[in-house]
Amino acid sequence: MKKLAVLMTIFTFAFALVSCGAETTTAGTGTDTTALDPIKFGVIGPLTGDYSMYGIAVENGAKLAAAEINAAGGLLGTTLDIIAYDSKGDTTEGVNAYNRLIENDEIDALIGGTFSGVTLAFKSLAISDNIPVLTPTATNPEVTLNADNIFRACYTDAYQGSVAAVFTAETLNATNVAVMYNRDDAYSEGLADAFMDEFDARDLDYTAFEFGASDDDYNAILTNINNGGYDAVFLPAYVAEVGAILTQASNLGLDIPFVGGDGWDGIEADYASVAEGFYFANHYAKTDTADAVQNFVANYTAEYGEAPNALAALAYDAVYAMAQAFTEAGSADADDVITALAALEFTGGVTGSLSFDENGDPIKSITIIQVVNGEHVVAAKVEA
Amino acid sequence: MDLLVQQLINGLTVGSIYALVAIGYTMVYGIIKLINFAHGEIMMFGAYFAFIFAFMFPFDLPFVLIIIISMVLSGLMGILIERIAYKKLRKAPRISALITAIGMSIFLQNLALLIFGATPKVMQPLITGDPLILFGYNISRLTLTTIGLSIFFMIALTLFVRKTKPGKAMRAVSQDQEAAQLMGININKIISLTFAIGSALGALGGIFYAMTYSQIAPTMGVMPGLKAFIAAVFGGIGNITGAMIGGYIIGFIETFTKGYISSKWVDAIVFGLLILILLVKPSGLLGKNTKEKV
Repeated sequence: MKKLAVLMTIFTFAFALVSCGAETTTAGTGTDTTALDPIKFGVIGPLTGDYSMYGIAVENGAKLAAAEINAAGGLLGTTLDIIAYDSKGDTTEGVNAYNRLIENDEIDALIGGTFSGVTLAFKSLAISDNIPVLTPTATNPEVTLNADNIFRACYTDAYQGSVAAVFTAETLNATNVAVMYNRDDAYSEGLADAFMDEFDARDLDYTAFEFGASDDDYNAILTNINNGGYDAVFLPAYVAEVGAILTQASNLGLDIPFVGGDGWDGIEADYASVAEGFYFANHYAKTDTADAVQNFVANYTAEYGEAPNALAALAYDAVYAMAQAFTEAGSADADDVITALAALEFTGGVTGSLSFDENGDPIKSITIIQVVNGEHVVAAKVEA
Repeated sequence: MDLLVQQLINGLTVGSIYALVAIGYTMVYGIIKLINFAHGEIMMFGAYFAFIFAFMFPFDLPFVLIIIISMVLSGLMGILIERIAYKKLRKAPRISALITAIGMSIFLQNLALLIFGATPKVMQPLITGDPLILFGYNISRLTLTTIGLSIFFMIALTLFVRKTKPGKAMRAVSQDQEAAQLMGININKIISLTFAIGSALGALGGIFYAMTYSQIAPTMGVMPGLKAFIAAVFGGIGNITGAMIGGYIIGFIETFTKGYISSKWVDAIVFGLLILILLVKPSGLLGKNTKEKV
């Protein structure tokens, strides 16, 4: 009898493990009164796993925008559906998700992928399928190169890294900086490279400190930084790593400012005390008083019970921008939509106005945020 | 000089944690000749237990009580795992038990994933306050507690194994199970006790690991578990003192590689060391060279 109970428990867990892997969701359908098929936007992001906070934010932001568009009368006389699939942040899973969206769901446009690596993995497929792609958050420069149908709503790693360098050099007056980055992550390395290029161009000093994705112990590196007499530390990484690093830095009594990129977004939720006074480049500030920002923050918080991060804001803007391109094209025809995207003048977005250069990269402003008493405060705004 | 002392302290912190976890590997191996690959997961569960009692419990518990409760719960978990998964396999070929241990490790990771979710939990250091100044160096209270408590428990364990009756029984079982049984030792009880002590110390290591590096995740036990395993092999698997020394050596190697060479080389050097030991002295630093019985 005991044995049976144990076996039953094991089977229950095993089954639960299997079944939770296949979760998919759709939303924004509303009541479909028209005879036309709904227009479908696909979303690909890490909805489970270590990076699920990013994918879920993108899904939520996209669905909020779609719900608002549907409530205001829909798109091209029909409704707008968002179909989100999980990439787990993994390139193979991402390509599988892409194929499902194209073949099973027959989407009209893609808002994704969330990560650069995943987006690069399905880039060549997306080019041959000629599907309009507007990635809200993939910052790697390669994503939009030599691809007429691929656009992005966020600025690139390189642009962000050099703006952070300009800020560190000019506003913080730093002449000798420690650059600490994750060598296993293209995003982290991309920002660090651009930062160091800008410092080279200004003839300022820096030292690079690498760490690996599997590291938990940063004390040895931070001890070296503490003893190196640096004016600031540039740390382009994601929240989970940044939080661990800042906690250890504070335990060691490190007393120099840290500067980061948009991967820091959300740092104040769990690490407000150790990130106090530090700076990072971001797409928008929650505390911005513009109507578009405040309405978005209020609606998002009401819908999901938490304040939106920058990824949610970018996805929200990306859906609105894509919807505007559909309206201007007057149809869901891929070629017309791509032409409309290339000429788009999208204004009033949460993350600012949006138009695209010849590569499909955005021309938009960049905000430097300082964490003050656990809140985001705009420290500087740099126009492109 | 300053830098060297600070790096030594860093190494001592990591080393203490590895040593605590390595003891669990080595004790279990000493008794039933099993590499318990689920040990890293016990470490992880120990950290989650501490998190639950520190931050999700309606009352504020003192730090010592949180540690004791987590260690007791992890000890019970160790006993339970042995009873469910390993007991039936004591007479089975060793490879079967080893594969069961790997299965147990994956099962526990996924169990934690199911219960706690993938998002890492943020572990505030439960020991706060200004750093203390010792010999002119600023040392955080957490670091001091980690090193101090680890050494305390290691001394206590050594005394327990050497001076007490259950300790003597433990040594007897590790030398010859059947002979020990003939002398009236209850083998099942001793094996359970071994798992309980090993798991409790592993949990303590997990709690310090989580506090020092501020995060708890279902996969957090994998890497430190592997490193502690290397420490146990380095010191001579089955030898408790060897595991402690091995833990500290691996801790120092890691820290000094990161501090003076590059963090790129850490894993290459540590795992390269494992291969080197297995080639040069397979029985480890303090291990005895025994012939395999056929």
